[in-house]
Amino acid sequence: MVEVQTYPTVGEAASAMDDQARFLGGGTLIMNRVNYGDRRFSRIVRTTDASLSEIRVEGERLEVGAGVTMAAILASRDLDFLSPAARAVGGPAIRNMASVGGNLMAPHPYGDLAVALLALDAIVRMVSGEELSLEDFLARRNGVVRSLLIRRPRSDEFRFKKVSRVKPKGVSVMSMAARLTRSTGRLSGVRVAYGAMAPTPVRVRAVENALEGVSLDHAGIAAALSAATEGLDPPDDPIASGWYRREVAPVHLRRLLLGEDAR
Amino acid sequence: MKSPVTFRLNGSATAVFADSGANLLDVLRRGCGDLSPKYGCGQGTCGACTVLIDGEPHVSCLVLAETVAGRSVETTGGLSNGPDLHPLQRAFIEGFAAQCGYCTPGMLMSAKALLDRNPNPARSDVEEAISGNLCRCTGYEPIIDAILEAAKQRGAA
Ligand SMILES: Cc1cc2nc3c(=O)[nH]c(=O)nc-3n(C[C@H](O)[C@H](O)[C@H](O)COP(=O)(O)OP(=O)(O)OC[C@H]3O[C@@H](n4cnc5c(N)ncnc54)[C@H](O)[C@@H]3O)c2cc1C
Ligand code: FES
Ligand code: FES
Repeated sequence: MVEVQTYPTVGEAASAMDDQARFLGGGTLIMNRVNYGDRRFSRIVRTTDASLSEIRVEGERLEVGAGVTMAAILASRDLDFLSPAARAVGGPAIRNMASVGGNLMAPHPYGDLAVALLALDAIVRMVSGEELSLEDFLARRNGVVRSLLIRRPRSDEFRFKKVSRVKPKGVSVMSMAARLTRSTGRLSGVRVAYGAMAPTPVRVRAVENALEGVSLDHAGIAAALSAATEGLDPPDDPIASGWYRREVAPVHLRRLLLGEDAR
Repeated sequence: MKSPVTFRLNGSATAVFADSGANLLDVLRRGCGDLSPKYGCGQGTCGACTVLIDGEPHVSCLVLAETVAGRSVETTGGLSNGPDLHPLQRAFIEGFAAQCGYCTPGMLMSAKALLDRNPNPARSDVEEAISGNLCRCTGYEPIIDAILEAAKQRGAA
């Protein structure tokens, strides 16, 4: 039987963590494991610390607590740019529970919100006080996350798209996000991230590089589409084969970049 | 190890001892004797266990029981007012929106959360609201129609 330990502050909860413990977010993944008798952990550590669910706004800079749920993102006007990604997670009941922190840790093919956060260059603030890029965090995935620091994108420069076979709720064939920053009319410093195309959400450097200095039109993005899956080895799973993911990625990338409507 | 959990269940103060790590569905069914939420999958996929916590739908199989301390839980068991069925229950019966009935308690709670927030939903709002609830029997159309009908009846009442 799993032991549950509840702490008033997230600092105390983080100190109680070890290999046998899991930190509880909304529980949508952890409780599944508990219900099915997973023996890889024997303790659940949780906190009643309300600060973990806060959204703080300082001009263009936002701090989103790791305990903020997808539903809370959808209810926040300050986080409107994240709503397409938050809405892509599960159904309404899951969104009332699923947390930002848990989404960073979710195994393939999950992590749709993390894909959006990657393209926004989010910084992960750990309970220990350490700050690191989300990309670095995803590479090691340990420690307890306190919050994410995000800079608000301009309204027309951020795009997110989830491809799934079942609508309105379905697991990702892939998800994609792009921040299309420009300087003097040409793309510059673009970020592109994928979900369900690698063991964790990833930035796609080959595509980012191919978009540097080009114009955002069919001709401008041609090289980026050719490089759509360069360096990636997309996984096979019951939703799609790696081959299929590789074949369709350029089509979805084109729709994402050009803002083409896909049903 | 058991821990005490106190919360409101369908408006009544409730106290139960929950096994360590128990989910809310287990505690409702075994601890409180409320058999209205159903166990389908235990992994959040089917929605048969959907209950409202502070008015919002949650899959109770994935809720750690201790986290509802001090909160308000609503189940299908509390929907009717004595012999008077809730408009959603009436619409489900009249519209043949239940066949085997296994998904029905979860559908009703997802629909209640929708109508409490949005008394006049569009069809697409209803589809979205029940998108986390699976039904193996009806093909969904009668369920969607029944929820829209209940909204109409409530508006007329
Ligand atoms: C039916 C269903 C549908 C789903 N659909 C989607 C979907 O479409 N897209 C998607 O992305 N996901 C989906 N998920 C997966 C999951 O619900 C989400 O990824 C969610 O965001 C996980 O968050 P949680 O708070 O519930 O995680 P939990 O279950 O609480 O935790 C998951 C992991 O994250 C760790 N964790 C939690 N908080 C922190 C923190 N602050 N710091 C460090 N580690 C932490 C936990 O220790 C654990 O290892 C689905 C799940 C279900 C059951
Ligand atoms: S039993 Fe909870 S979602 Fe299936
Ligand atoms: S009526 Fe049988 S599952 Fe819905």
